[in-house]
Amino acid sequence: MLTKRIIPCLDVKNGRVVKGTSFVDLRDAGDPVELASFYYTEGADELVFLDITATPEGRNTMVGIVERISEQVFMPLTVGGGLRNINDIRRMLKAGADKVSINTAAVLRPELIKEGADKFGSQCIVVAIDAKRVESNSQPHWEVYTYSGQKPTGIDALAWAREAVELGAGELLLTSMDTDGHRAGYDIKLTRTISEAVSVPVIASGGAGTLEDLYQALVNGKADAVLAASIFHYGTFSILKTKEYLAKRKIPVRI
Amino acid sequence: MITIIDYGAGNLRSVANAITRLGYQSKITSNPDEILSAQMIILPGVGAAAETMQNLKALDMIEPIRRFIAEDHPFFGVCIGLQVLFTGTEEGGWHECLNVFSGRVKIFPSGLKIPHMGWNQVKQQDFHPVFAGIPDEANFYFVHSYYVEPDDKSLVAGETEYGIPFCSVIVRGNLVGTQFHPEKSGEIGLRLYDNFIKMAEGVSC
Repeated sequence: MLTKRIIPCLDVKNGRVVKGTSFVDLRDAGDPVELASFYYTEGADELVFLDITATPEGRNTMVGIVERISEQVFMPLTVGGGLRNINDIRRMLKAGADKVSINTAAVLRPELIKEGADKFGSQCIVVAIDAKRVESNSQPHWEVYTYSGQKPTGIDALAWAREAVELGAGELLLTSMDTDGHRAGYDIKLTRTISEAVSVPVIASGGAGTLEDLYQALVNGKADAVLAASIFHYGTFSILKTKEYLAKRKIPVRI
Repeated sequence: MITIIDYGAGNLRSVANAITRLGYQSKITSNPDEILSAQMIILPGVGAAAETMQNLKALDMIEPIRRFIAEDHPFFGVCIGLQVLFTGTEEGGWHECLNVFSGRVKIFPSGLKIPHMGWNQVKQQDFHPVFAGIPDEANFYFVHSYYVEPDDKSLVAGETEYGIPFCSVIVRGNLVGTQFHPEKSGEIGLRLYDNFIKMAEGVSC
């Protein structure tokens, strides 16, 4: 049986791993190569690196980091942040990334998804969606934000998720901006709505605080994988402890 | 020396990194003349089967690869590198492949999340040296939307379940093919490559 994936996320800025609350107030949590090796040994199922450096120098640093990580760590690696075009994507894949995650660039120019999927295969194109709940009296819905959650787009997250998959996304990395950084649980309703609407795997992100939160995202949110940062980086829970907890609650995991 | 075929796609670096980590030397080539003189070959695969076939054709690799396999030299096909060994694939219509083995490459039934992405168990159908030290039902990393259905069931050395049971490992003589990516499957995956290389070195001694 296919196991559910537990994915630590490493936000990298200027070559260091950082993690903030709701996209601001960053704290330093270590060296990306060391952390990657640590999570590999611990039994994480996959790693996601988001480069939140907005400069070209930062991007070059990231390529070097990915090269070093892929020499030491034999597990799937996803790299995102600031990838604007096919050349950026190619560079990361060549450096050793298995998948790239695109967000703002895909919203600005959706054809990038198709170009990437045609060129490198859907399996390596992850579309990251940052979504924020829109207050309304009707059905709940969510708006897509770009530029690290700073810019509202007016685009409906569900419609965008469907379009991204139609264009060739092989996976969606779905972050709730409402819950991200608050450690009070994922947005289950959002996760479930998107996961049920698309045919590709969905990674739930934003809000993990307890192991129960991960369980809820996988069971009630119907996510195929859960992503978390702070609960792993600061040692609140180890990967093994996380998996043992989920296994006890009948979630298929790789231990 | 392990020769890794470069046909313009695929994440060759991770395969090469895995070989280096195991303490062996590898060479990446897109030169068809280097196929037949190779000691052992890994055909990695990422992307689409039809495009892989096109690229192999453009590089004049088709016949050398067929001959290398026909002469039972050690060969390891990964993911698409396994799929292209069969008669043809349903990916993007119908595309003929290398036809080393009779069988089709088919899409998973509807209702499942596609691609089949993540860690899943391989049930070993038989003991084979390539599984040495690897527990039955160990988890390997998969990412694919199509699977192989060999006509000759005796090829099937490992099986995995995703909606249906499907063939995830084939073995025939000195040829091994896996639907999963050993280079992405942690220490267990590295062990599988190591077993293959040891097996292959035994052959050439």
